[in-house]
Amino acid sequence: MSDDGVSGKVRQQAEEVPLAPALHEPAPHEAAARRARSTALICVGVAACMLGLAFASVPLYRLFCQVTGFGGTPIAGVKSSGEVSDRRMVVRFDTNVSPSIPWRIVPETPSVEVRLGETQTVFFELTNKSDKPVTGIATYNVQPDQLGPYFVKLDCFCYEEQTLAPGETIIAPVVFYIDADFDDERNYKSLDSVTLSYTMFQVKGGNQLSAVQPTNSTERKGL
Amino acid sequence: MASTVTAHDGHEHAHPTGWRRWVLSTNHKDIGTLYLIFALSAGLVGGALSILMRIELQSPGLQIFANGQLFNVVVTGHGLIMVFFVVMPALIGGFGNWFIPIMIGAPDMAFPRLNNISFWLLVAAFSLLVISMFVPGAPGSLGFGGGWTAYPPLSTSGHPGPSFDFGILALHVAGASSILGAINFITTILNMRAPGMTLHKMPLFAWGMLVTAFLLLISLPVLAGAITMLLTDRNFGTTFFDPSGGGDPVLYQHLFWFFGHPEVYIMILPAFGVISHIVSTFSRKPIFGYLGMAYAMVAIGVVGFIVWAHHMYTVGLSLDTQRYFVFATMVIAVPTGIKIFSWIATMWGGSIRFTAPMVWAIGFIFLFTVGGVTGVVLANAGIDRELHNTYYVIAHFHYVLSLGAVFGIFAAWYYWFPKMFGYVVPDWIGKLHFWLAFIGANVLFFPMHFLGLAGMPRHYVDYPDAYHGWHFVASMGSYIFAFSLVVFFYGVWVAYARKERAADNPWGEGATTLEWTLSSPPPYHQFEKLPRITGDGH
Repeated sequence: MSDDGVSGKVRQQAEEVPLAPALHEPAPHEAAARRARSTALICVGVAACMLGLAFASVPLYRLFCQVTGFGGTPIAGVKSSGEVSDRRMVVRFDTNVSPSIPWRIVPETPSVEVRLGETQTVFFELTNKSDKPVTGIATYNVQPDQLGPYFVKLDCFCYEEQTLAPGETIIAPVVFYIDADFDDERNYKSLDSVTLSYTMFQVKGGNQLSAVQPTNSTERKGL
Repeated sequence: MASTVTAHDGHEHAHPTGWRRWVLSTNHKDIGTLYLIFALSAGLVGGALSILMRIELQSPGLQIFANGQLFNVVVTGHGLIMVFFVVMPALIGGFGNWFIPIMIGAPDMAFPRLNNISFWLLVAAFSLLVISMFVPGAPGSLGFGGGWTAYPPLSTSGHPGPSFDFGILALHVAGASSILGAINFITTILNMRAPGMTLHKMPLFAWGMLVTAFLLLISLPVLAGAITMLLTDRNFGTTFFDPSGGGDPVLYQHLFWFFGHPEVYIMILPAFGVISHIVSTFSRKPIFGYLGMAYAMVAIGVVGFIVWAHHMYTVGLSLDTQRYFVFATMVIAVPTGIKIFSWIATMWGGSIRFTAPMVWAIGFIFLFTVGGVTGVVLANAGIDRELHNTYYVIAHFHYVLSLGAVFGIFAAWYYWFPKMFGYVVPDWIGKLHFWLAFIGANVLFFPMHFLGLAGMPRHYVDYPDAYHGWHFVASMGSYIFAFSLVVFFYGVWVAYARKERAADNPWGEGATTLEWTLSSPPPYHQFEKLPRITGDGH
């Protein structure tokens, strides 16, 4: 213990010796060095913050899309619309299936005509064509994008993952309305149709990913 | 009392020799020289790749490439090398390291060892990038062919091989190198200016470097984050950019261009600074509107962060979003215009000498203006929808970068060569180099406007016969430009063969910055006694 203390003291002195015959006043030098160090540390902090923001942008971006309807993300609503206007619009349904999932998804009707503010229910038929249970989830948006903030979905099969047994078929509802306020959008006075689109994907990391692939030889071919 | 780090213990004054001097260097001038040599070498590689592209595109059909993927690998390599390993190391690492400490009257950079690390990280990054071109990328072929922007899903599911993983690591390491360099520059410029040199008396090159360093510091971590997400999407099953897991590929584009747009200013702002000094020197007048020039660069840097989505007009932004980005983008023309007109006003009524650096600088101003004007055209969302991903865009950004930043590099080279290396490059060689490069580059890039307007898309190895004429002309231009580099190296050879000593200030009374008060080349350690700045010259 005491040895350590002594050698520590000696080392300290040894370090001070070259500085002792001060070519320049040590005080300003040390102050400058400290200033340089703090500038550098602030810079490191800025860089770290920006790196953090880059990753924070992922949830923020998703939240932003859901809240504002940006990029045609329909609003997930809870209460049905109040007023109903006389303006009518055709809502078309577009369904796609990723090559990675052996499903079929068909709407009961290719399109419906609704009045703005009128709540509609449309059923979709989801079928698992393979002989394995498969879990899938759908992405969704509306075109034109700008309708996103007004397109309110009260219920949708796309909000959660669906697991279908081999060969199973389910009938799943989508309940939606278009907010009557859309009538006030000056850029879309003449718009009379809107497309609601779904694309079904296999859930990543879900079961039987590898088991399905053989039935599915087109996947990623040609990329 | 301006803050300075003046400490030099006895042992730091040693003058290392041999490989130690270069590999272990902590001297800002030696590191600057290393950066310049590195940038020149990488420039030859990147230039050779572009010549391969022009040979291929000289005629319709496939000439030297087996398929389009291979061509795109070369396109990607050319872009990444030119951006990260030529323009940035030359302007920032090379001339920045050489002249920032001298211009602000400091003995060296604030963190000399960090400086050394920055350089060698860059060499490591370049090695990784070269490796990436020779390992499997897309199924059945070598290298990454997704362009320097590396958009998913082509960069994730489209390239299952390890090639792009090497590319990502190369960008990570190069980014770390640049961030460390930026911290070093910021610390040096903010803390180590000589007594009397206030920020408002600081030379414009130092201003350009200060703004550049902040842009690097803020934008590069975002790129690092984005490509890290690509890396985990590729290898660890995350779905940041994969819709099947709830991700969005467009988010990558937002992140990339949040970095990518400031990046183009990172490449041009140091050149702005250099051009200001050259124009002022050879007009024998102080720069017109000094403060306006400095704050124009600051404004360009700030506004550069809020215009990124003008690269993404076609991804489905709402009309109001597009309107905002059109407007914000066009605002950048204002500070840029301030710079162009101030350079012209500096020359106006001046006693102009058309030396080699001056003709390069005037060439820069002219060509950068051409590129700036096509930039304003492309800023319009409506026109961009037509021209997006065509050769018009290629022509635009080569006018501002190849003819802007690269002409800035050569202008700086001829301006500072006698100072850096102590020998004289005959003026006629610099001018011959200029005229060959000027004619070659214009013949190369101007026809690309026509090709783009006619609909020629970028990243294509082949094209219909209708585009043959202008593609042929462009290829001829590229050969002329390549030949101009022979003249460039001849000039360097002549300087070292004749060994004609350069005067301390070879450019006369117009050259007022501190580097001209030193010998040519400067002593190994300068300003051990700090200069005191009293006048109001810049």
